[in-house]
Amino acid sequence: MFNIFKKKSQPDNSIDKETAVNETEVQAEAVPVVTVSATEPKETEPKKAALSFTERLKQGLSKTRQQLGGQLNSLFGGGKIDADTYEELETILLTSDIGVAATQRLLDNLKKRVKRENLQDTTALKQALKAELLAVLTPLEIPLQTNTHAPFVIMLAGVNGAGKTTTIGKLAKQFQSQGKSVLIAAGDTFRAAAREQLQVWGQRNNVHVIASEGGDAAAVIFDAVNSAMAKKIDIVIADTAGRLPTQMHLMDEIKKVQRVIDKAYPGAPHEILLVIDANTGQNAVSQVKAFDDALGITGLVLSKLDGSAKGGVIAAIAEARPIPVRFIGIGEAIDDLRPFKAQAFVDALFD
Amino acid sequence: MLENLTGRLQGVIKNLRGQARLTEDNISDAMREVRMALLEADVALPVVKDFISRVKARAQGKEVLLSLTPGQAVIEVVNDELTELMGKANVGLNLATQPPAIILMAGLQGSGKTTTSAKLAKLLKEQKKKVLLASADIYRPAAIAQLQTLAKQLDIDCFDSNANQKPSEIAALTLEHAKKNYYDVVIFDTAGRLGIDEAMMAEIKALHTQLNPIETLFVVDAMQGQDAVNTAKAFGETLPLTGVVLTKLDGDARGGAALSVRHVTGQPIKFIGVSEKVDGLEPFHPDRMAGRILGMGDVLGLIEQAHKNVDMAEAQKVADKIKSGSKFDLEDFKSQMSQMRKMGGMGALMDKMPAQMASMAAKVNNEDADKSLRRIEGIINSMTPLERRKPELIKATRKKRIAAGSGVQVQEVNRLLKQFEETQKMMKMFSKGGMAKMMRGMGGMMGGKLPGLR
Repeated sequence: MFNIFKKKSQPDNSIDKETAVNETEVQAEAVPVVTVSATEPKETEPKKAALSFTERLKQGLSKTRQQLGGQLNSLFGGGKIDADTYEELETILLTSDIGVAATQRLLDNLKKRVKRENLQDTTALKQALKAELLAVLTPLEIPLQTNTHAPFVIMLAGVNGAGKTTTIGKLAKQFQSQGKSVLIAAGDTFRAAAREQLQVWGQRNNVHVIASEGGDAAAVIFDAVNSAMAKKIDIVIADTAGRLPTQMHLMDEIKKVQRVIDKAYPGAPHEILLVIDANTGQNAVSQVKAFDDALGITGLVLSKLDGSAKGGVIAAIAEARPIPVRFIGIGEAIDDLRPFKAQAFVDALFD
Repeated sequence: MLENLTGRLQGVIKNLRGQARLTEDNISDAMREVRMALLEADVALPVVKDFISRVKARAQGKEVLLSLTPGQAVIEVVNDELTELMGKANVGLNLATQPPAIILMAGLQGSGKTTTSAKLAKLLKEQKKKVLLASADIYRPAAIAQLQTLAKQLDIDCFDSNANQKPSEIAALTLEHAKKNYYDVVIFDTAGRLGIDEAMMAEIKALHTQLNPIETLFVVDAMQGQDAVNTAKAFGETLPLTGVVLTKLDGDARGGAALSVRHVTGQPIKFIGVSEKVDGLEPFHPDRMAGRILGMGDVLGLIEQAHKNVDMAEAQKVADKIKSGSKFDLEDFKSQMSQMRKMGGMGALMDKMPAQMASMAAKVNNEDADKSLRRIEGIINSMTPLERRKPELIKATRKKRIAAGSGVQVQEVNRLLKQFEETQKMMKMFSKGGMAKMMRGMGGMMGGKLPGLR
């Protein structure tokens, strides 16, 4: 929906962009979020002013669907299942970044199922494939609970340019709209102007941002946690600098950040989110492994799903490290950060 | 970097090398392996298919079948085709126009445009160009401030734009400013955008028309997956790209995007980003990269790096000293250590070594090695100039003092002295027998010849 507004507005006018965001929010609030509507075919859907969650997701994933679904529809037209079908299917799965190993496993399971259930045509095969993917992804669908601790401390990690800072903005706004008080710790002290990015954002959205000129990430976050405890803030979100997991000294540094947070508030951080760019290929798997080994990741955020990337890599991740996917980013607007729903995700891919 | 692809391809190569005779069977076995390796490395499927069919055709051709070592010949074919896929030779920036020469940066969100802009500016500044940086990223908060901060660090001018201006306005003002102040090069950074976002793609197209840049660089994250093809296509269709910059290659990305992007856009990869630091931008050499992927090492790159970073006068001084037969002392030892560190430490060096050597050295942890290099420097720094010149002076009490001064145990000082003695011995051998003698000693290590040099 945001895209529609943007097309109407001048492409290079930031003020229009702002209002578009606000309008989106208002309308999204007005319409209750409809949960999964898997059986509803897309073509017959009435055009609404505001879209339900599934529709929104579908729109975000529209390119993904065009890519994957288009191929799939021609494949799943209802013909007979033969060797070519499987080869075609392998191609499609591989090009959605699902990875060689996970693709192989999916296909093996699918073949078994076809035999066991004596499936004949490709339409049944489609249902079977959906069921297989769903079986892989459903265990990851665990939403984030933030009322277990006060303050609830969330720490973000990820490689450079994954979308950590943007995700923090969206998260903060969402928690705020749920009536919670939020504090942001600008822990990215390395990248030029990362602090300013959060501060500018915080000013616009009326969220307090704790930052310090240069210095140590751990110290900034330590201060933020302490200040949150004193002011009885509900949620602290801590940003960290982007780092590639091959850089051992930076991985040591982020371990230190975690230890220091624990010192400020024993037991914290309560949630360590790893942000993964949906455009990433098989490297995402090694990112998850490396960050999980270093920090013990408790949740994933899959960002930038609104592009033409398919995000199939979460299937590969699900095999390697079954860590819950807390959120997916399907657009630039604040409410485009959505809880992950396996059924809706798979549906949006195939219908 | 690229270890994974390298590792898998090496398995294939090892297998092929052992074959006296190539049959259709063992070629297609090998090709299946290569296909898997490339897919795992995130090379886009259409590119993989194309690549495999070309290698297969050539592997069954005369050049391989008539070769005495068919396995080796297949490897050459793979190497050739890899190089072909990535472009044949390094292509530099084309700045031959009436100044200011404008470089437009484009790419997805988070691909590394702003960082690359700054790195590029530094590179050009070193070539004595008068560079102006400018940012039209009015969308991401503080994106312009990021470029300005980087520019300030590098002591490069940055056009003073702000988020309330329109990109077209910024472009016009930047052009005017650059002309008025006689800049040689303008690097114009833009906001990250999705290839499917029509409004944003129209914006950058308009910017391109307005600026008429001589170089339009597409910045791609090396970690990008299969979708790299679609993104590259979208940008390639909107903008007349002139080159590609591949970023974040210092991670353990398999770098498959390098192969795909070049194939799709038809434009050469001009630079690769290999470090977070501002000097981490290197010109891209396809032949060397292919060698690197196949585990043959990038010996030329290593030599170049040495040229760039090593203080030649300093090195010459040490060499003369050794040749003249006078004593090699701790001062020289230390300068060697710091030269090595200047080249980016063990890790950076190992990356470029031929695989046989690198695998041998892999037993030594790079981080540890770098740490101990630093420690050695620390210990030597705690010695008096006299001690450095005459290490034999260092006895028990002096050792204790040095250990305390550098915060290590006495044993470590002992170890350093022993290490130094050995180096000294080797240097003596060198000054007497010359290079040949030393190379003989090292020859066994490298398996007789340098595989990267054919």
